[in-house]
Amino acid sequence: MKILVCISNVPDTTTKVTFTDNNTKFNTAGVQFIINPYDELALTRALEITEKQGGTVTAINVGLADAEPSIRKTLAIGANDAVRINAEPIDAYFVAEQIAAYAKSEQFDLILTGRESIDYNGGLVGGLLAEMLGIPSVNVITSIEVENGVATMERDIDGGKEKVSCKLPLVASAQKELTEPRIPNMRGIMAARTKPLKVVEVSGDLITSATVGFELPAAKGGVKLIPADQAEQLIELLHNEAKVI
Amino acid sequence: MILVYAESIDGNFKKSTLEAVSYAAGIAQSNGTQCVVVSIGHVDDAKLADLGNYGADKVVAVNSAKLVVFNAEAYAKAFASVAAAEGATVVVVSNTYSGKAIAGRVAAKLKAGIASGVISIPNTSNGFVVRKSVFSGKAFADVNLTTAIKVLAITPNTFDTHTFGKTANLTTADGGLSDADFISNSVEISRVTGKIPLTEAELVVSAGRGMKGPEHWGIIEELAQVLGAATACSKPVSDMHWRPHSEHVGQTGITIKPNLYIAIGISGAIQHLAGVSSSKVIVAINKDPEAPFFKAADYGIVADAFDVLPKILDAAKKLKAAN
Repeated sequence: MKILVCISNVPDTTTKVTFTDNNTKFNTAGVQFIINPYDELALTRALEITEKQGGTVTAINVGLADAEPSIRKTLAIGANDAVRINAEPIDAYFVAEQIAAYAKSEQFDLILTGRESIDYNGGLVGGLLAEMLGIPSVNVITSIEVENGVATMERDIDGGKEKVSCKLPLVASAQKELTEPRIPNMRGIMAARTKPLKVVEVSGDLITSATVGFELPAAKGGVKLIPADQAEQLIELLHNEAKVI
Repeated sequence: MILVYAESIDGNFKKSTLEAVSYAAGIAQSNGTQCVVVSIGHVDDAKLADLGNYGADKVVAVNSAKLVVFNAEAYAKAFASVAAAEGATVVVVSNTYSGKAIAGRVAAKLKAGIASGVISIPNTSNGFVVRKSVFSGKAFADVNLTTAIKVLAITPNTFDTHTFGKTANLTTADGGLSDADFISNSVEISRVTGKIPLTEAELVVSAGRGMKGPEHWGIIEELAQVLGAATACSKPVSDMHWRPHSEHVGQTGITIKPNLYIAIGISGAIQHLAGVSSSKVIVAINKDPEAPFFKAADYGIVADAFDVLPKILDAAKKLKAAN
């Protein structure tokens, strides 16, 4: 069983988002970067599967050298090896293309991604990658079991859940609930220093988009406080003033 | 030509689908081109024809016994084959779980640039720029798609439906599918009945640790039911298993954009606000006057939820009875 887990390096969830260069670049000053939380769940589930039935877990990231602490952390958590494709992750299409090019040479049985990255919220790499590899994709999975070359998964659908079975290979994207993340222990951190982290150069050159600028949402006009002893006024205000109920 | 994927559940189009049709029809109109809608799986002709009211010039139904249940590989292939046959230049899907399941696959097939979470119409004055929300709503990004074909996954409850009153031309297509296109199998589908799905809700009543325990959620559910709202919760509440994970809104949960978000006993951590800040109207009820939620709210009540909720529930019941 060979599993590939796709990792994004993202700003910590507590980050106050600001931009530089005339609102064209995310301001990384003072920002702590982490493994994208959904990718971390995918990684942990991959480890649980290979611990039960044998196999290897490879973590892959498309990013520059500054992503290496997060990649190294995947090794500390338990990935066997890691690959960094040395490029700025321009957009989902580009990232999927790079990972597809690498995956084609390695024949993975299962490829896991997070359901989306918490920075650009695209949620598209899994589907793009699966199509580029010509294999099935199942998004937003909350469980996965693999037996005899077949994966059985539950996925979120709008307003419910769906149970899906699919023969390997396939790409699946991790939703919360898939498992609980693991905190690397000291032995894992020591072992991570000597595990292989391969750097691969970019292949292909199809550029499909460019981010031209960012903007922060307009500040709220200020809260209208309703006295606690007249709380029932809220309903009247929502009905007649805000007109939302 | 602008092509739309018309998502349906059990033979019915969703509100987000009608929004997508009107969105695409608006783009088609300003470009002097047609809006073609693709429906996959069984939907009866009257409902297909009704899409003309929302702006469809033509509706292509792709249907077979195997397509009754959603399958990402097959649906994407069928949809992309219609896109190619019709010569689509812009492809629109809803930014829902199913829409996103096919969006990436369709983009890869068409070698199309793609943007998801789109909240604007394309600005074509200098390229093809759309605005999308990023950092779970903490900011917006303007993305220029530079390919010949573009795929847009548009955020539900962002664009209004419009009445175009067109008569849609109904046709069918086979989607070019064979058995080899159905690799994954849907084993079972369970939908929550009698409750409004959070991802589609226009009104949301949400509560946090201030409720002190899962046994106190009765009044939250009752208020939601009276208002016709969905229920949601904060991360600590779902982490403690007071409420299911599917109700967790925030940066690592679901990002929602309802017309009304009522936050009860939730302090408003930055991660939570990220997931709800695009809501049109926000109400915060918290006993701590310093709770960050008050800075993000339109209406606030500084009080213990247990003291004020009965009064609010009562007023909501009276309003509903009178209307």
